Amino acid sequence: MKVITAVKRVVDYNVKVRVKSDQSGVDIDNVKMSMNPFDEIAVEAATRLKEANVATEVLAVTCGTQQSQETLRTALAIGADRAVLVETQAELQPLAVAKLLKAVVEKEQPRLVILGKQAIDDDAGQTGQLLAALLDWPQATFASDIRIEGDWATVTREVDGGLEVVSLKLPAIVTTDLRLNEPRYVTLPNIMKAKKKPLDVLAAEALGIDPSPRLKTLRVEEPAARKAGVKVPDVATLVEKLKNEAKVI
Amino acid sequence: MTTLVIAEHDNAQLKGATLHTVSAARRIGGPVHVLVAGSAAQAVAEAAARIEGIEKVLFADAPQLGDGLAENAAAQVIALAKDYSHILFAATAAGKNVAPRVAAKLDASQISEIVSVEAPDTFKRPIYAGNAIATVQSSDVVIVATVRTTAFDAARMEGGAAAIETVPAVADAGTSRFVKREVVKSDRPELTAARVVVAGGRGLGSAENFALLDPLAEKLGAAIGASRAAVDSGFAPNDCQVGQTGKIVAPELYIAVGISGAIQHLAGMKDSKVIVAVNKDADAPIFSIADYGLVGDLFEVVPALTHSV
Repeated sequence: MKVITAVKRVVDYNVKVRVKSDQSGVDIDNVKMSMNPFDEIAVEAATRLKEANVATEVLAVTCGTQQSQETLRTALAIGADRAVLVETQAELQPLAVAKLLKAVVEKEQPRLVILGKQAIDDDAGQTGQLLAALLDWPQATFASDIRIEGDWATVTREVDGGLEVVSLKLPAIVTTDLRLNEPRYVTLPNIMKAKKKPLDVLAAEALGIDPSPRLKTLRVEEPAARKAGVKVPDVATLVEKLKNEAKVI
Repeated sequence: MTTLVIAEHDNAQLKGATLHTVSAARRIGGPVHVLVAGSAAQAVAEAAARIEGIEKVLFADAPQLGDGLAENAAAQVIALAKDYSHILFAATAAGKNVAPRVAAKLDASQISEIVSVEAPDTFKRPIYAGNAIATVQSSDVVIVATVRTTAFDAARMEGGAAAIETVPAVADAGTSRFVKREVVKSDRPELTAARVVVAGGRGLGSAENFALLDPLAEKLGAAIGASRAAVDSGFAPNDCQVGQTGKIVAPELYIAVGISGAIQHLAGMKDSKVIVAVNKDADAPIFSIADYGLVGDLFEVVPALTHSV
């Protein structure tokens, strides 16, 4: 069974981004970039399926500029067998990514596609569901456990109030939640091996899909700042302030 | 221009998130309809009809709609979509699961977690863990969006007298099956709707110590929250997690105990009205957003606080 994982190059999760003064967006020049944390979990999940002899091949796919090749190399170092970059200079929104991924899925014919539940830059949380709908495949979002039995995947999902278990008829789409697994550290020998693994580049235009953005971003602003707080010396002062000043208890 | 709000419920009770979504829908300006899709969910449809400001409740009732499977839930919405200019879901686990599936079928660019309605086609939404707010404009024929419930007041659950119209249920897609649900039992208020939240982090040290927060929460009628570190360490259940990737809360009072205040955690609680931080590290980032900070050992502060409130 072939498994595809979709990965995204994003601003590293430890970076506190700044809004540009002209409100055109967020300043990401010279900022550390990494693989989206949820996508690392997706690649790890696919790699474990291969190690368990459930998956025969793991393909990592990303959409973006030339620089996204770094992210694919990381996926190859975790355990993917080969990688595909769908290259475009366009600003990509989730619907365009889902359409590009659909074209790759139709070409590669995987039985399972694993994506992160959301990217930590646009926080949209849509691509997996969009792809599932475009392909008319079943989906299991926010997965914390994946089991494959024959033609069905049984997935535990994190939902409000607890957990839910669903079974999906393959082929299917799964998106990962934080607790699905702990991605392994990539070791130096694996980074070296990853350099030799195949990485194909496809032009988005060649897939016949217009990736241009459909939602127009009018401006990007700093969130309203909170006014500076105070440090209180003891519990009695805290309680007094909560009762009389803030009036919340 | 009519807006369809997808009701969130468990077939017996309408969830509070629906009321916040209705408020967002009313800001758009046109009439508001509510879809109740479920199994033996008549009571939910009747409750929805009483929400203030609703014109009509659409009621689709069939066994295959009972468990909220995305494939069937989305198909039900798509079957009705042509009559609407806007389709809104609450940005809860259920809404986030289904909304993009609906958008894809309508070739619409879904807008996630709106926090304000600027115009019928223009919305604000947070990006980068809430460190920036984007204003986006849609040119889609049908606008599909999820609503951050903490950003809109709840519509009143009384005063409305909408008609309930039964609509045909879509057939079972048959590609997915519901197996089971494990609900965490709790007598406390629901985290996202609580007036007060007491949240613990790695500083608590263990699940036994985490229970230290219980008497305080009890006294304040608060819900219990947790940082990702506390959840990952097994101190608290997953669905307690507050943050970018967990629940977004905005209570009147948020008490952060032993939480350092990573960007991802702040994203989930920085719109709380009053924030209190208790931490032994005076340089912890949580103090930069706390209205009241107390530097001290939580094992002394929390019992003392519990005693004095």
